[in-house]
Amino acid sequence: MEIQEMVMEFDSSSSNESFARVAVAAFAARLDPTMEEITDIKTAVSEAVTNCIIHGYESTEGKIRVECKIQNDELFITVMDRGCGITDLEKAMEPLYTSKPELERSGMGFAFMEAFMDELKVSSMPMAGTIVQMRKKIAKKPEMV
Amino acid sequence: MEPDYKVIEDTLIVYPPQELDHHTAFAVKQYSEEIIRKGMIRNIIFDFSNTTFMDSSGVGMIMGRYRLIQEKSGYIGVRGVSAAIHRILELSGLYKLVKVCE
Repeated sequence: MEIQEMVMEFDSSSSNESFARVAVAAFAARLDPTMEEITDIKTAVSEAVTNCIIHGYESTEGKIRVECKIQNDELFITVMDRGCGITDLEKAMEPLYTSKPELERSGMGFAFMEAFMDELKVSSMPMAGTIVQMRKKIAKKPEMV
Repeated sequence: MEPDYKVIEDTLIVYPPQELDHHTAFAVKQYSEEIIRKGMIRNIIFDFSNTTFMDSSGVGMIMGRYRLIQEKSGYIGVRGVSAAIHRILELSGLYKLVKVCE
């Protein structure tokens, strides 16, 4: 069983959103994903990291940690912050619900992560932080003849 | 960076950046707001021909402009939608609020 891992930690600045999703997509490239699968991964990472910046740290400074693992044909992504945490997780995960309508948030973040990945797990502790864990299976492509 | 715009009569055409996320959506919101405040804009068309990525921040930004344009009885249009952007528009239910203008 082959396992490959990658860990990165960066500042909670919005300019790092594109950096984070591109880095994870580049790591995932060794599973030979389709264009659509790459977009799925990028979108899910973008949502998770944006949540850390806007909600976890409420636009103040902090560090975001992203851990990725490839095991066989599956990609595991963990996105963590040590921010304010989520008090009502069930409410937060409801599609279209947002705690920050004034910032023009659509409330679709978790719904997109769920739609684009095979599995989503969120654990959070108020005043301690939030951990988002995602898994996606990358289908094997038929061998080129 | 200033996003690209074009104004044709009462319609503002916005060309969002290549990647429309939280970081870039804010600039699009600010500049389009400025133009809308200055002119007689009733409709907004988002031309996604050069946009390859959009997440829920883009959805929120379009919803925000929709509310604004609704007050003026205008419409929000989209065009040049790639497969990736199409999935986001569909999944978010935005197609119920915006019309496709090709």
